[in-house]
Amino acid sequence: MIGARWREHWEELRRYPSALVGMAIIALLVGLSLYTVIAIPYSQALEKWRGGEPWQLHPVNAAPVWLDRLTGGREARTLIASSEDAEVEEVPFEGGRRLRIPLEVDYDYAGFPSELNLFLHAEGHPQRPFARLAWQTPDGREIALGGHRIGREDRISLSQDRALERRLGGLVPHVGLLADPEIEGEPQVLPGRYRLLLDAVVFDDTAGIDAELVLYGRVHGIAGTDHQRRDLSLALMWGTPVALAFGLLAAVGTTVTTLVIAAVGVWYRGWVDAVIQRLTEVNMILPLLPILVMVGTLYSTSIWLMLGVVVVLGIFSAGIKMYRAMLLPIREAPYIEAARAYGAGNLRIVMRYMIPRILPVLIPTFVTLIPTFVFLEASLAVLGLGDPVLPTWGKVLNDAQSQSALYNGYYYWVVSPAVLLMLTGLGFAMLGFALDRIFNPRLRSL
Amino acid sequence: MATSRADLPANAEASLLKVRDLHTWFELRQWGFLRVGAVHAVDGVNFTLERGEAVAFVGESGCGKSSLARTLLGLHRPTRGSVRFAGREMQSLSPAELKAYRAEVGYVQQDPYGALPPFLDVRRILAEPLIVHGIKDRQERERRIRAVLEEVRLSPAEEYLGKFPHMLSGGQQQRVVIARALILAPSMIIADEPVSMLDASVRVEILNLLRGIQARRELTLVFITHDLSTVRHFAERIFVMYAGQVVESAAVDELLDHPQHPYTQALLAAIADPDAANARRLREVPAGEPPSLIQPPTGCRFHPRCPHAMAGLCDRDDPPDFTPRENHLSACWLHR
Amino acid sequence: MGDAPLLRVDDLQLHYQTRQGVVHAVDGIDFELKRNEALVVLGESGCGKSSLAKALMRVLPRNVHHQGGRVHLGDTELTALSDERFRREVQWSRMALVMQASMNALNPVVKVGEQVAEPLRVLRRWPRRQALARAAEVFALVGISTDFMTRYPFELSGGMRQRAVLAMALVAEPELVILDEPTSALDVLTQASIMNALKRVKRELGTSFILITHDVATSSELADRVALMYAGQLVEVSDAERFFSDPAHPYSQMLMASVPKLRQRSRPQAIPGQPPSLFEPPAGCRFAARCPHRFAACSRDPRAIRLAERHRVRCWLHDDTQAGGGA
Repeated sequence: MIGARWREHWEELRRYPSALVGMAIIALLVGLSLYTVIAIPYSQALEKWRGGEPWQLHPVNAAPVWLDRLTGGREARTLIASSEDAEVEEVPFEGGRRLRIPLEVDYDYAGFPSELNLFLHAEGHPQRPFARLAWQTPDGREIALGGHRIGREDRISLSQDRALERRLGGLVPHVGLLADPEIEGEPQVLPGRYRLLLDAVVFDDTAGIDAELVLYGRVHGIAGTDHQRRDLSLALMWGTPVALAFGLLAAVGTTVTTLVIAAVGVWYRGWVDAVIQRLTEVNMILPLLPILVMVGTLYSTSIWLMLGVVVVLGIFSAGIKMYRAMLLPIREAPYIEAARAYGAGNLRIVMRYMIPRILPVLIPTFVTLIPTFVFLEASLAVLGLGDPVLPTWGKVLNDAQSQSALYNGYYYWVVSPAVLLMLTGLGFAMLGFALDRIFNPRLRSL
Repeated sequence: MATSRADLPANAEASLLKVRDLHTWFELRQWGFLRVGAVHAVDGVNFTLERGEAVAFVGESGCGKSSLARTLLGLHRPTRGSVRFAGREMQSLSPAELKAYRAEVGYVQQDPYGALPPFLDVRRILAEPLIVHGIKDRQERERRIRAVLEEVRLSPAEEYLGKFPHMLSGGQQQRVVIARALILAPSMIIADEPVSMLDASVRVEILNLLRGIQARRELTLVFITHDLSTVRHFAERIFVMYAGQVVESAAVDELLDHPQHPYTQALLAAIADPDAANARRLREVPAGEPPSLIQPPTGCRFHPRCPHAMAGLCDRDDPPDFTPRENHLSACWLHR
Repeated sequence: MGDAPLLRVDDLQLHYQTRQGVVHAVDGIDFELKRNEALVVLGESGCGKSSLAKALMRVLPRNVHHQGGRVHLGDTELTALSDERFRREVQWSRMALVMQASMNALNPVVKVGEQVAEPLRVLRRWPRRQALARAAEVFALVGISTDFMTRYPFELSGGMRQRAVLAMALVAEPELVILDEPTSALDVLTQASIMNALKRVKRELGTSFILITHDVATSSELADRVALMYAGQLVEVSDAERFFSDPAHPYSQMLMASVPKLRQRSRPQAIPGQPPSLFEPPAGCRFAARCPHRFAACSRDPRAIRLAERHRVRCWLHDDTQAGGGA
């Protein structure tokens, strides 16, 4: 029954290119949200965003891959050589074995890696194995990297080895080990096959050693990584459903409550209206952001608490004045009088006859309201009052700011969440303005 | 013509509606509390309506006829006086009884488009009164809706059920308004200028429809209009209102053919029937404008404009209802 | 030549572009108006009669799709004038328009007298005192006390404001005044006294009028001639005498029968059906669908048939070559 009217509006909407672009953007964001929520379950996302272990094979502060493609360079990706793929030589001896593990990587990037780590796992050994490490370059040089006793979980940070750095002529190891010795001045990569030879002595007949050599890249994934090696794409993707949900819930929450209260005030008039008006006026001079900062600082920065505060403070917002102005003439409409004459109660008149009358006019306002709440949430996060556990766009910006991302040249860290925020704003605004033209015929030019 | 009720006992309660000394004033307040006066919209009105009778209240805008209608509908509270409907005093009704009273009185408004919620379709518009009055059975509602649509000659009903008001012509909209007024099976219909916003060719249809339904259902029809020329065929008795009061009342033909009150005479003289000779003569129109209802003139309210005003009488004393002719009331000192 | 018409309208057309399509609001209208004559354009809502006034006075909305035909006022071809010249030389000074809602269009912060004198001061460059003196004369003519000249519009009743607007239209003594539903929002007595004022003006100033209305009874108060409009066209143009006593077109007859009359006991009769859509007006006679005398010829557009001097009817029934064939 209602369908015909909405189909009419839809037909009309299709004639506004801006509406189509806006809807496409919104559809994209919604699609991304759905994909994210299905592909990366909530608990898993929170778990990962906490940082640490899951990210140890990721580089620190790597730029997005597409940035490297764009600049045409051949920056290093992360390379991993694992003992699982290596041909391990075993030589048994009295009371143990000698293991010879070659970890090989083919390196042909133009840039150096950002870091060099060796992860060692040795489980089930009665006595800690001993290993001697040697670095073999494609041009046949061999650089001894010293000996280590291997613990159960061991990480040898070659990049941090000061002695090695000195032996390499002052070059940090992840540069020095891969540099072409023939070239003077600025070090250049010597492409080819590198081998880390791990000569270990184990004191057991069966237990082995797992080794993983990681040459961390300088670019990673579609969004890069942050200072905690976390993949930014996680936060950018999960930020989408969080932002949309926050924006939508806050917009629905404030619009619905405000509308109902305004309608009640208009219908009952007298002291009810007066109280609502005075509350609104007081509320209008209360600054929202400082209150949110206060709540966040003193109580909790949970996004749901913030949502609650935003909605509660939004109830008596300036919107009430606007809705009141729209509802006042409707109160006097003959069909309302007719409804009273056939005995409709106050509640029915407010909810069924007054509010539905202005709903179409409110749809555009409502649509343009959503991004303002998305921005609010992001602003809070930038101020350090973001949700402590949820990955959001605002959090990414906040981290970027605290790590002086722009000063350090990590502009992708700032740009990508900012672009997403702007897209959100743009999408809803374009749709909202088109809807405004359809539902508010006064604006329409023939 | 007039449905005679002479066979009923002369019991006061046989009348459907008895209005005595009815006053509806609207307080004027400054800064929301300071009482600075009142609009005397209805100011001492008496009449009795029988069951199955069609009457018309006629007057210019601001004469209080619409305020009277709204008071009878229970939309305004009377300031003073009594309205008895089927023997019950309206002022003493409990909320539940008031709701039942509202089902007894149907309302047809002037502006058919404004009278229909634009966001509901015809089915829903007609279902609303039924829902409000607790008819939960969907099939029962559907049955009644279809029946009433047929009654107002919007048939086949299917064609109109799903339409929104803006898809209907003015005449069709007004039929839906009438259907809504009828759907609770009222015993009285109040129609406030039901055709003044419609085109000439549609007016007659709507008035015929209202009158036909009124006769078939034996309803009491209160027809409020500014247009005396439509009254003759659609009402049995006329009440002429001026400045919040009824100045003259009689059966239609009696009043139109033998107007007694100077105001009624002036009103009738001002109305043209289509005739080329009209263009060659000036009409007699009383000077001045209707008085302020905040400070109505003392004495007869028409005396400042009346060609027969008698100084010392008309400007001092309120004229009572005289009976210059049989069954013909006129509040004018000329009949003294 | 005393007999030359004051206004001659030939094949006037005005179509609007709307989102639903093109509205043929005025679709080929011809008529003539003599000096000191009052022509009533009668029609139901949506028949295009207000568009006719707008087309004549060039107060057009932006969505005009097509405009055609010629309008002559005296020797001047109005349709050939530029907008600028029309405004300077015709508007107010030779032709004025009073619209239905124009009583609400008075400037609320300027005294009524000043507003009424305004056309003289702007068009004729009269000094203020002289313009106000002339305005006072017109006030008396339309029946407002000159005391009201120093009041603001909100201090006047609707009837008074409507008279003031009328005074403003008359102050520059135009040859022709177009009145679009000038009294339909007013009460019976006010309506009657404004019609009285119009009759006085017509007699004393010799002004010609085009009165556009839907109200048959009111129309007879001023009409020398009547033009009945239906679905964008004039279906009958005749003298008032003939029209009100013996109309020729079936629609005229049915419309007259639908008017409730105070002094007659005959019951008014409704006209069944509805006017056609102005988006795609039917081919042939536009009233055919509602006409009881419809016959084969009606599927073709009836030409305007001349019944007598200055009496035209757009109906095949009155065409001698056709009438025998049907009805």
